[in-house]
Amino acid sequence: MDAINWIVNLCYYLLSAFVAFVLIRNIFKSKKAQEIILYSVMLIPFILRVIHIK
Amino acid sequence: MSDKSLKTFRIAVLLIVAVIMVVTGLDFYNHRNYRETVVKGPAVVSVKKLSDYYAPMKGSVNDTNVYILDSGIPGGTGLIIGGTHPEEPSANLGAEIIMENAKLDSGKLIVVLRANKSASMVTRPGDAYPMYYEIPTNWGVKKYRMGDRWSSPLDSWPDPEVYVNYPSGQLLAYMDVRNFNRTWPGRTDGLITEKTSYAFIELIKKEKVDIFIDFHEAELEYPVISTIVAHQDAADIAAMSSMMLTATEFKIGMEFSPPSLHGLSHREVGDHSDAVSLLFETPEPFLDRVRGKTDVRLLLEGRDEFVMKAGEAGLLYEKIDENGWPIATRVARQVATTQMVLDTWSDFNPDKEIRMVNLPSYSELKDNGVGKYLKDPSSVSKEDLYYE
Repeated sequence: MDAINWIVNLCYYLLSAFVAFVLIRNIFKSKKAQEIILYSVMLIPFILRVIHIK
Repeated sequence: MSDKSLKTFRIAVLLIVAVIMVVTGLDFYNHRNYRETVVKGPAVVSVKKLSDYYAPMKGSVNDTNVYILDSGIPGGTGLIIGGTHPEEPSANLGAEIIMENAKLDSGKLIVVLRANKSASMVTRPGDAYPMYYEIPTNWGVKKYRMGDRWSSPLDSWPDPEVYVNYPSGQLLAYMDVRNFNRTWPGRTDGLITEKTSYAFIELIKKEKVDIFIDFHEAELEYPVISTIVAHQDAADIAAMSSMMLTATEFKIGMEFSPPSLHGLSHREVGDHSDAVSLLFETPEPFLDRVRGKTDVRLLLEGRDEFVMKAGEAGLLYEKIDENGWPIATRVARQVATTQMVLDTWSDFNPDKEIRMVNLPSYSELKDNGVGKYLKDPSSVSKEDLYYE
């Protein structure tokens, strides 16, 4: 159980990192100010997860 | 917006977001890394780690301090744990007052202040839990981490769909795989909370613990309150202690640990070791669902008009009035109940006495407050300081 849990945990963090990457990419691709703000706010919890803060 | 101004806008937004992230992140980081300083008490002969009893705990977040108090006179061995549920502050405070003040006339006592340290390093922001609370003392204020009921998801994630307690096979709520009072007796290949329970069972076996006590608090809406929950092997001690305390100090009941309710310390420690197990519950209005403003004042003073209203409607299992349930009263109940239970144990088992002295009485602690009995870390040498 410990090993399976570790694998799922790792996948979860990889997924969080991937979503954070997609959001950052969209921030730089988007031409709309509202979208840039939206993606930036959405980025916060993903970054905090990836760096193991929250 | 031109490309140039869009670029400036992006940088400005990302900078603002970075500041928000650092500010909020630092709050969480500081809470998780805050250490409470405690002073080694007069009877403490050594301080071990939980990993001394189960090596795989070494380096883990729950490799907690284990304080050994020894009279040097043969007798029984007791184990007291606080901090099973760190959202119940009278538990760790009661254990700390015992560790910092108690002397032993006979026997040995083992005290753990933060049994599930991981759960003390996370709060419940969604329920507006404060991150810290402070206890005023004669030498200043002492700051504590406010915790949660469950181990931090940073240490144990993901939860299963349904938690299956080992070895009973009983199905429990998914998050209870992180609830230190649902994971007993634990297992070696489980998650951190299950491993912690296993480590404590190893401690109990290796130290040949005779009597085990687990401190808790409960909401007034919950029927198991102001009581001693006892494994059937501890029923005589619990019943006598309950009668004596009710006659002399304060009303406290006694309940049997249900044989088919698994994962709880009062059941599994008694079933899986030679120790008799008991669990104490004091009232904590902060935990009531019907409470009003959730803040440090409610946590420490235990006064709430909405909980009182529920009491007037007959919806509670414990009385509450405008005086509330202050932390001093709740800690006093934990300490006085421990004193009575150990005295009763010693009377019933003269060959395994654990005689604890030098603790404030119920009325002294209630009237003088908790802070009076917390030791000043600046008054002792560094060798006598430990960090929780």
